[in-house]
Amino acid sequence: MDLYNLTAHELASLLTKRELLPIDICNSNIDRINGVEKSINALAHFDKGLALERSKALNGLPIFIKDNICVKDELTTCSSKILKGFKPPYSATVINKLTKENSVLMGKTNMDEFAFGSSTETSFYGPTRNPWDLDRIPGGSSGGSAAAVSAGEAVWALGSDTGGSIRQPAGLCGVVGLKPTYGRVSRYGLIAFASSLDQIGPITRDVEDSAMLLKIIAGHDSMDSTSADIPVPDYVSLIKKDIKGMRIGIPKEYFIEGMDKDVKAAVLEAIKKLESLGALCEDTSLPHTEYAVAVYYVVATAEASSNLARFDGVQYGLRSEKIKSMIDMYKKTRQEGFGDEAKRRIILGTFALSSGYYDAYYLKALKVRTLIKRDFDEAFKKFDAIVTPTSPTPAFKIGEKISDPLTMYLSDIFTISANLAGIPGISVPCGFTKNNLPIGLQVLGKPFDEETILRVAYNYEQNTEWHKKRPKL
Amino acid sequence: MAINKDTVKYTANLARIELSDKELEHFTGQIDKILGYVEKLNTLDVAHLEPTSHTLELKNVYREDVVKKSIPAEDAVKNAPSRENNLFKVPKIIDTEG
Repeated sequence: MDLYNLTAHELASLLTKRELLPIDICNSNIDRINGVEKSINALAHFDKGLALERSKALNGLPIFIKDNICVKDELTTCSSKILKGFKPPYSATVINKLTKENSVLMGKTNMDEFAFGSSTETSFYGPTRNPWDLDRIPGGSSGGSAAAVSAGEAVWALGSDTGGSIRQPAGLCGVVGLKPTYGRVSRYGLIAFASSLDQIGPITRDVEDSAMLLKIIAGHDSMDSTSADIPVPDYVSLIKKDIKGMRIGIPKEYFIEGMDKDVKAAVLEAIKKLESLGALCEDTSLPHTEYAVAVYYVVATAEASSNLARFDGVQYGLRSEKIKSMIDMYKKTRQEGFGDEAKRRIILGTFALSSGYYDAYYLKALKVRTLIKRDFDEAFKKFDAIVTPTSPTPAFKIGEKISDPLTMYLSDIFTISANLAGIPGISVPCGFTKNNLPIGLQVLGKPFDEETILRVAYNYEQNTEWHKKRPKL
Repeated sequence: MAINKDTVKYTANLARIELSDKELEHFTGQIDKILGYVEKLNTLDVAHLEPTSHTLELKNVYREDVVKKSIPAEDAVKNAPSRENNLFKVPKIIDTEG
């Protein structure tokens, strides 16, 4: 079997048994990159020579990193023109943790500019394509990471999730994506989009890999005062317990009119499978679900408008050359450096925070956020986990939604609530449409109970074959 | 309409983004549509609710005030588009446009 098709845990055991060297794995990824990257465009920054050099020196697994996570002295650009050439003077905490495990840092993956998007079409480096159908988007914003793992260019990868940016592309590319609880993983060195929503998480070929990678990156960090001082369990051993008697809620608001019928059928079939494995599935309600997208696009853009004020042509990246004065420098640099979606979100967020509109938009959205969080608090009194589709449709066509931002925003309808409530969520493959496009099953859990959602996902995965399917490229 | 061209232009200036006439036209229509969608929040009675700006129970974090190694100045400024003597260099601040 080709090495690029193996999971991280399979490769790790071959390394331990000395049946493989790290450079063999690195070479298998490079061969694959040489073969398919031209048609997929999953990578933003990749230096083959450097990757090989590292794999000779380190006894660990190769990993790709989303382009918004800082790696010292290596290009980190959020796939934006405004951060052209930026090489951070320090590494993110997750990178330091990976380095301690001897991980081979391979390079950076493509993303929607500043993680603003659901399709990876807003990248300055051009869109990434879905390995299952090159005319379609891979999802976003961590579309490069998901496509690279799906296509065999990467063994595993890190993404970031502010409104579904790990789970949605994982679902649409047929791989596993986990958004940890807010505070579970340090955000130090993650270039901020929306500071109350952002989390870094793993994108992997199977659930065991997800558990392994979460164990490496999770934990309290004194450099991030919002990281939680809560012990990190040994996920890999705990997720293998069965799910007999586990109480699972199925919220009716996640089976909406207009959702793809193959998606609906696959998710209902997956619920039957969970029941056959001993889980007790029961219908429930999260009544404020329909407000989540509206709340999110006020809160997330407000926070983004503040976070992106730092890109002004002074400290890093681009500075416009057509400038007459200081203010002119800010305005022209930001006009030239940001793409359309970034500009739109910064203006929208600035508007929601501006005098005269703050109460009507920002404050109101924060209050409705309270209702959304309470829905989950109530549901988790009765259930151990909640199961839903990851997205209402499979991957859409490149160009299909890019000119209509609101329609694009609505594609995140099932993933956004978890960020607003701060809870963990995982997407695991649960089938294919008639057109052979992957479908994702989302499992949501209680705060800091990643163990349970990984366990549900693992039990489901091990009793199905979906995760073994690979795109034909 | 939830927002018009003048307000978008005013807000873009607050955010220090120059917009072309074409961008202004384009963004006004799109942002208006998004704000129109956001108006569904008005159907809820939120008067009695506390806002949630953060999902974790946060407490103030104290630490000992000790000197630690920090990033050298030359590293901190090395990405600047213009610099001099380990300082960021910018165009003159006082100008006729304000």
